[in-house]
Amino acid sequence: MIKFLIKGLLRDKSRSRLPIIVVSLGVMLTVFMHAYITGFMGDTFEMNAKFSTGHVKVMTRAYAENLSQLPIDLALTESGELLTNLRINYPEMEWTQRIQFGGLIDAPDSTGETRSQGPAIGLGIDLLSGNGNESERLNLSESLVQGRLPAKAGEAMLSDDFAKKLNVIPGDDVTLIGSTMNGSMSMYNFIVSGTVRFGVEIMDRGSIIADIEDIRIALDMEDASGEILGFEKSGFYENEKAETMSAIFNSNTSEGDDEYSPMMKSLSQQGNMGQYVQMSELWSAYISLIFIFAMSLVLWNAGLLGGLRRYGEVGIRLAIGEEKGHIYRSMILESFFIGLAGSVLGTTIGLFFAWLVQTYGIDISGMMKGASMMMPSTIRARITTPDFYIGFIPGVLSTVFGTMLSGIGIYRRQTATLFKELEA
Amino acid sequence: MESSNTIIIKGLYKRFPVGKGEFTALSDINLNFAQGEFTGLIGPSGSGKTTLLNILGSLDVPSAGEALVLGNSIGMLSAREAANLRKVSLGFIFQSYNLLAVHTVYENVEFPLLLLKLSATERHKMVMDALEWVGLTDKIKSKPPQLSGGQCQRVAIARAMVKKPSLVLADEPTANLDAANSHHILKTMETLNRELKTTFVFATHDDKVISYLRRKVFLLDGRIDKDEIIHPNS
Repeated sequence: MIKFLIKGLLRDKSRSRLPIIVVSLGVMLTVFMHAYITGFMGDTFEMNAKFSTGHVKVMTRAYAENLSQLPIDLALTESGELLTNLRINYPEMEWTQRIQFGGLIDAPDSTGETRSQGPAIGLGIDLLSGNGNESERLNLSESLVQGRLPAKAGEAMLSDDFAKKLNVIPGDDVTLIGSTMNGSMSMYNFIVSGTVRFGVEIMDRGSIIADIEDIRIALDMEDASGEILGFEKSGFYENEKAETMSAIFNSNTSEGDDEYSPMMKSLSQQGNMGQYVQMSELWSAYISLIFIFAMSLVLWNAGLLGGLRRYGEVGIRLAIGEEKGHIYRSMILESFFIGLAGSVLGTTIGLFFAWLVQTYGIDISGMMKGASMMMPSTIRARITTPDFYIGFIPGVLSTVFGTMLSGIGIYRRQTATLFKELEA
Repeated sequence: MESSNTIIIKGLYKRFPVGKGEFTALSDINLNFAQGEFTGLIGPSGSGKTTLLNILGSLDVPSAGEALVLGNSIGMLSAREAANLRKVSLGFIFQSYNLLAVHTVYENVEFPLLLLKLSATERHKMVMDALEWVGLTDKIKSKPPQLSGGQCQRVAIARAMVKKPSLVLADEPTANLDAANSHHILKTMETLNRELKTTFVFATHDDKVISYLRRKVFLLDGRIDKDEIIHPNS
């Protein structure tokens, strides 16, 4: 009997090929969309984490309160000792010091007069100590457009767009004009070693990146740093873990009213990132649910139509003496296999497209011009474990459910009308 | 004498609800069909012949009275028992063949045997016998869309006959066929009736079918109008 049903299933294209195509398409879209949303949200987090927030960030309480102003006058002092302690107490994290600052970049002509000038966001990172991996974290080598990374003290990189705007090329001198940690004016000369493009509009618009020791000298910040960033060695931000770590650190380290005592904030506790984390989790769940629900409706209807289309076949099987329950079960079994085959196929295709978008990305830089939020200009999907099974929810369950619903007609059907129906 | 009868109908009524009232489709039907009869329920549309065929086929139940088919009181059967009666002892032939289009001739005829859970060897022999009765052994791999109307109806007859049922119910079996094919089909059924002693009950108003019947039960407005037995010599 099973052989008979399988033969019918394989030969009747409208019973097998068409439903499998419909299920595959639905599942493919579900899997792809889930990977896409996960990737987009994850990229945005990671982008912010790598360039700005870390997975956790340690800074003074006062600095934390004025975070958006990049207040280096409120920076951590004796930060080397704090860094050592963090590395001992939280070995599962990678810790690094940074100084973020604002300033003016002046490009002089051959006589030393200002040729061009522009405001910049500065980033002092560990480039030359040989102990850190900030270069890899910020993907500097791959982001290089011209020149090379700073190889010695006194060298800096500019964002490529900024360099073009200032008409500066590698080898040119530029002057950082800013204020020191103590509030006095500072001027410090750098040689431009190269230019970079991160694909992050806010960074590409105008930034200067130099070794943290150079910035300490420039801004008079000996053994100080604006912030110490911690990154999960696994590379994935875990909100709950980061918040717990911050709470424990703060209860142990922060000292009452001392606004210069260090405090830790998780990514979600910085700026509006918390809202963004919540919103992204909600949206990710909503979009996935809506998509799963929509696809469930489509596939449920496909199952329903498939069942109704076989009214005649069911009728003749009833007349020949097959029991209603047997017919019902065999239809559900068929739809299960259809759903399973379509889900496997759809998941495979969906994962393939997700892999393409994960590998090559979708360039949205044109849409990001002028954006103030740190978002990637190339959207990439991210394949995660749920992508391997999420498509089976609409794929198998909805198909089977649709068939079950249409199959109720079998039970409600008056066998008495079979002759009339079959003659119709 | 009743025990030798395939069908015994006593005081049978069938009423259908229509709006707030009811419509009586069959009224006080009393009939006996002996084993091996070749009988027709004859009448115009609405005379109740298909309703009676439905009841005899355990597809419907009487509103009053009794219909005994092969010793089973149709009104008393559960859905499972009714399905089992159809599976084991009844064969159906429909006006529009109702073959499974994606299955071959062989598979269509084999289908009722699958429900009986017979071995593959038994099934093969029975299917080939049935196809030989209807003269279609050369078409076993063909599918219904590749056959003519007459050939399709012969497949339907083979499907109805393959399990050698005691009773075959045929509703307007020649309605979609031309005269030549109709006569071919009817001769086939007549031969099977004689050789296998299968009882055939037709619902028809087709003169070609009527001319082959050995008993004609005329229905009019749900009542038996005339019950005419044709003697072999007449």
